[in-house]
Amino acid sequence: MASNGHLTPADRADRVRAIVAAHREDRGALMPILHDIQDEFGHLDPDIVPMLAGELNISRAELHGVITFYTDFRAEPPGRTTLRLCRAEACKSVGAEQLVAHAEQVLGIKTGQTTPDGSVTLGQVFCLGNCALGPAAQVNGRLHGRLDPRRLDDLLATETAGS
Amino acid sequence: MTVYVPRDSAAVSVGADLVAKTLEAHDIPVVRNGSRGMLWLEPFVEVATRHGRVGYGPVAPEDVPGLLAAGLLEGRDHELCHGPVEHMRWMRDQTRLCFARVGVIDPLSTEDYEAHGGLEGLRAALRKTPAEVVDEVTESGLRGRGGAGFPAGIKWKTVGETPGELKFVCCNADEGDSGTFADRMLIEGDPFTLIEGMTIAAHAVGATEGYIYLRSEYPDAIRVMREAIRKAYARNWLGADILGSGLRFDLFVRVGAGAYICGEETSMLESLEGKRGMVRAKPPIPAITGLFGKPTIVNNVLTLASVPAILAGGAAKYQSLGVERSRGTQVFQLAGNIARGGVFETAFGVTLADLVNDYGGGTRSGRPVKAVQVGGPLGAYLPATRLDLPMDYEAFAAAGAMLGHGGIVVFDDTIDMAAMARFAMEFCAEESCGKCTPCRVGSVRGVEVIDRIVAGQDTDANLALLNDLCELMTDGSLCAMGGLTPNPVRSALLHFPEDFS
Repeated sequence: MASNGHLTPADRADRVRAIVAAHREDRGALMPILHDIQDEFGHLDPDIVPMLAGELNISRAELHGVITFYTDFRAEPPGRTTLRLCRAEACKSVGAEQLVAHAEQVLGIKTGQTTPDGSVTLGQVFCLGNCALGPAAQVNGRLHGRLDPRRLDDLLATETAGS
Repeated sequence: MTVYVPRDSAAVSVGADLVAKTLEAHDIPVVRNGSRGMLWLEPFVEVATRHGRVGYGPVAPEDVPGLLAAGLLEGRDHELCHGPVEHMRWMRDQTRLCFARVGVIDPLSTEDYEAHGGLEGLRAALRKTPAEVVDEVTESGLRGRGGAGFPAGIKWKTVGETPGELKFVCCNADEGDSGTFADRMLIEGDPFTLIEGMTIAAHAVGATEGYIYLRSEYPDAIRVMREAIRKAYARNWLGADILGSGLRFDLFVRVGAGAYICGEETSMLESLEGKRGMVRAKPPIPAITGLFGKPTIVNNVLTLASVPAILAGGAAKYQSLGVERSRGTQVFQLAGNIARGGVFETAFGVTLADLVNDYGGGTRSGRPVKAVQVGGPLGAYLPATRLDLPMDYEAFAAAGAMLGHGGIVVFDDTIDMAAMARFAMEFCAEESCGKCTPCRVGSVRGVEVIDRIVAGQDTDANLALLNDLCELMTDGSLCAMGGLTPNPVRSALLHFPEDFS
């Protein structure tokens, strides 16, 4: 996920148009387009909505409706490390809630927030498909299992080193 | 000499990549296979020997030098050695049809795939007319593995008989239910089987395009599936003239975006069309009016992955497994607080106790089992006294529970069932698509009423209210999300009333 702080609005519009063009042949291409834009810019800036709606020939309201329906699509850039803890049933059965409480305490933020220094975003997720090896978490897209507070601390230390 | 270390993301989540790297640092070439599904033994390292593949696990990177010194490469004994993998009880007692190749082969090797029986089902299907393929699937008794258990052959017949130039095959790989991971493991461990199953479906109903709707929470599965499709095109297993038969079928991966409801088939279709994942009213059914209004097969990963074995071995062989109206095998998934968790594919009819206590070894914590939830977040909680239930669709329905997709989550006696009932309502409130009122509003009210019951406010009246609310959600919701959320709530109340006071 590249940060795009250096792009001018015109450059960014060009990139969005190129992504849309790359999906011209796909049926119902909106979801792949939104994923690609977010992968490139790290988030879906509300500023691009009018221009993207125009490119796709749909209303701004419709596009806004789709973006806000899905939890993956973010209007704000995430922290440099994204930690997502699973809170679904199988992970709850082996202490997921204690792990969430621990993470909130050591990071000093609530689930859904980013640390003030921008280093870590703490998220929740309902199932990562690692239900026999819980509690599970995803850190920057990588899956981890059998976590406990100590292993989570180690993991965070490794992932945030140098960031 | 071949050494295998799984690339399955569950194995990687407990260090398989590091183990593979450590072996490679000792100049040992490693094949990255799928997982055998004995997840408590991951990272599970295997070595091919004259006596078959010998397994070691769980292996930590620091165990590698000791294992090598003890003769790992010759399959010699060690405290982590489990002997020949095929002789291990967990493996020996299974009937693996869907998962026959998972953990055995390199998932992205087309040569491995063919060497282990891959494409036999598709070749057999291409020798038959589309109607004969549909008949074969119908006769096998295969029912949808996504949870609802609808007969696959009947669905296919409807799509096949609905006229249309453009038809679709959609694979629901939005495996959002806690306690299920078999779809993910199959995709990561044997993706060509899914491609083969979908291609057979396309031939059977005259479809030319297929979509696999894969959840974004599974980035490794997405990578493997895309790579498998690329390789399948290169081998002419997909595209304009599949295996020289004249069949055309194009296949695409589409990625979800964190909405649980998109596992509901009509919501998934909306999402594939680039819309909010709002549930559609049925009828019309997707088989007639599906993706972009065209006739569409929507099946779960394991349903489609079961098809090649049925075509290769014949419907009669598949049908001979199982009990009553639950035929063939089911891929059970043991999860949660369990000593030996993983996938266990066997004929329907095995009891819950066999799976949880015997193969699963009881809880991981060593404490008594208090409750078991079968069939995902919308399935009922069963108390430890009901583990005698045989795993078949009808027996579960008769006990007020549902078998669903065969996911089994175990809880020990520290779990607070009132909190789990509250969570069921809370989850429904969070994930409801919002189209129908019983689900959208009922779930929010459900949380409030449970809070009042637990706080001891006017308990009898609030319990009556909660029951009313559950009844309304069951009867009045548009889909299974609102319609089945009362299952965990009511079963928790019924079996564990003490937790609510």
